[in-house]
Amino acid sequence: MNKKLLASWLVALTALGGGSARSQLVVEITQGQADAIPIAIVPFGSTSPQPAFDVAQVVSDDLGSSGRFAPMNRKDMTDRPTKGADIVFNDWRTLRTDYIVVGQVNPIDATRFSIVFEVFNVLNRERLMGFQITSNQAGLRLGSHQVADMIYEKIIGVKGAFATRIAYVAVTGHAPSKLYRLIVADADGANPRIIMQSGEPLMSPAWSPDGQSLAYVSFENRVAAIYVQQLKSGERQRVSARSGVNQAPAWSPDGKKLALTLSSRDGNLDIYVLDLVSQSLVRVTDDPGIDTEPQWSRDGQSVYFTSDRAGGPQIYKQSLQRGDPAQRLTFQGSYNARPRVSPDETELAFVTGDGSGYHIAIQDLKRHGNVQVLTKGRFDESPCFAPNGAVLIYSSRDRSRGVLALVSTDGRVQQRLVSTDAEVREPAWAAY
Amino acid sequence: MKQFLATAMIVAVGLTLAGCPKKPAVKDNAGSSSTVPANAPSDASTAGNGPQTGPATPFGEGSASAASAALSGKIIYFDYDKIEIKSEYTRVVMDAAHVLVAHPAWKVRLEGNTDERGTREYNIGLGERRSQAVRRALMLQGVADGQITTVSYGEERPAAEGHDEAAFAKNRRVEMVALP
Repeated sequence: MNKKLLASWLVALTALGGGSARSQLVVEITQGQADAIPIAIVPFGSTSPQPAFDVAQVVSDDLGSSGRFAPMNRKDMTDRPTKGADIVFNDWRTLRTDYIVVGQVNPIDATRFSIVFEVFNVLNRERLMGFQITSNQAGLRLGSHQVADMIYEKIIGVKGAFATRIAYVAVTGHAPSKLYRLIVADADGANPRIIMQSGEPLMSPAWSPDGQSLAYVSFENRVAAIYVQQLKSGERQRVSARSGVNQAPAWSPDGKKLALTLSSRDGNLDIYVLDLVSQSLVRVTDDPGIDTEPQWSRDGQSVYFTSDRAGGPQIYKQSLQRGDPAQRLTFQGSYNARPRVSPDETELAFVTGDGSGYHIAIQDLKRHGNVQVLTKGRFDESPCFAPNGAVLIYSSRDRSRGVLALVSTDGRVQQRLVSTDAEVREPAWAAY
Repeated sequence: MKQFLATAMIVAVGLTLAGCPKKPAVKDNAGSSSTVPANAPSDASTAGNGPQTGPATPFGEGSASAASAALSGKIIYFDYDKIEIKSEYTRVVMDAAHVLVAHPAWKVRLEGNTDERGTREYNIGLGERRSQAVRRALMLQGVADGQITTVSYGEERPAAEGHDEAAFAKNRRVEMVALP
C-alpha cells in the first residue's frame, strides 16, 4: 500500500509541477508514521466540464507528506461524491477509511473561482467542517494548501504549515563556473522562484518576520557582505560590508534589527546587533572564542548562539539587556552548533557532531539535558522549524548529493526534498 | 660554463623578484607597435588607418602581474581541527614574507578555508582563524599589517569536491592572492 501511494504521489507531483521544472524540488517520503490516519480525499467536482485545478490531489499530497495521514488511492474509490448528501457512508466504511473529504471547484465569474469542501467522519457520519474559499486562477494551488491546513488542524489539533514558503540555496556546476542561486518556493517545493543568482557563494538566507524580505550573505565581491532583499520589488540593500567577516544575519522579532557576526582586526568573531534604521551597532559578545550563528528569543530580549569559548562549539543564550554572563545550554558531546528555537520556544534544535557524523538533535528547553538525536545522516545541518513547530527542515546528503530533508520533532516521520538538477542546502522556513 | 649560466639565470630571476637594483618601471620599447588591426587596409591613402598602439602599461617588478606571480599559488594546508602552520609550510610563508617586505606597496589577501564537516557559519570562523595564523606568521617576519587582508570562505569554496578524507585534506587551506 505504501509503495503504491509513494509512486502515485511522485507522479502526481511531477505532473503538477509543470513544464519549467528547473531546480524543482520533489518530495519523497522516506519514513511514514505506522498509525497514519486513513483518509479519502475524493476528486472535487465542478459545474464546468473540468475543474480548473485538481485541489484534491494537492490536499492529498500535503496530508500524505506529513506522514500523519494515509490518503486513499483514487483507483480504490468506488464512488465520487462531491457533497455530503451524496456520500454513501457504508461503502466508505467498507473501504476502511476514517475520514472523507468531498468538494467542488466552481467558476464564479470570468476571473474567480469558489473552492468548497466538507469533511466527514466515516464511522459516525459526523460532519467535522465545511468551508468555502474564493480564489483567482493563480491562487488555486495556495487555496488547496489552505484546505489541507484546515483539515490537518481539525483532525490532528496542530496548525498545518502547507500554505507556507521556504527559501534555500541551490548550487549547480563545478568550479570555476559554479552558479549559486537563492530560491523561494512553496513548502512542498512547487513554484520555485530565483531571488538572487551569483557566481560566488551565497549563504545563510533568513526570512524577515513579515515574510517580505530575505537577509543573506553574498561573496559577490570576493569578500562577505550581508544584504537585505525585498521579495516583491527585488530591491536590495547592502546592510553590512565591514572589513573582515560579515555573516549569519538573524532578524529580531519586530523586524527592525539584525543580529550578525563580525570580526575584529585580529579575526575574533563576535555577535553584534545592527539597528536597520539608525545603523547603530551594539556589541553582544566579547570573548576570544568564535561566537556566531545567533538567533533571537521570542521576546527579543536574548540571543541564542554558538560559541567555542569552552573549547569546542556549544550553544549559549545571552541576554541583550544586562551584562549578564552567557548561559550555556548544551552539555552532551563535544560539538553542538547552529541553534534554532521552536516558534513557542519550548524546544531547541541544533547540529550535534560525534564519531558517526553530524546530525540534527532536539533538546527540551524546559527539562534541561533531555536531548534526542533525530537524524542519522553523516552531514546533516542547517535545521529550521516549520512555523507550526511540528517539523524541522534541514540540509542532508543523499549519496553525495545535497538535498533537503524533513523530520517530525518526534523523529517518527522523515522525508526528503530532492532537486532535479541542483545541490540544495541551507533551507529557511518563513513564518505564518 | 653551463652551470655558470644556470646560476646567472637564477640570480637574475632572483634579482628581478627581489628588486635589488633600481630600474624604471616601464620598459623602453614604447616605439614599437603592439598590434596592427587585422583587417587594416594597406592602402596608404586611407587616412587614420595606419599602425596603432594602445597605451604602454607597466611591466616588470613593481607591477601587479609580478606580485601575482610571486604570491599567487601559494597555499598552506592544515590538519583537521588545527590552525598551526606545519613545518613543511614554513618555507612558503617565509618566501611570501620576503617578497612582501621587499615591496611595501604590494598587498596580499589570505583566504581561509575548511573542509565541509560541521556547520557552515562556524566553519567561517575556523577559516578566519587559519587566515589569521598565516597573517601573524607574516607579520612576525616584518610584513606590515596594512599589506594583509584576511577573508574566510569556510567550506564554501572547496578545492576538491569529494566527501572523503583525501578531499577534506585538500580543502583545509589558506590561499594567498595578490591584490592589485
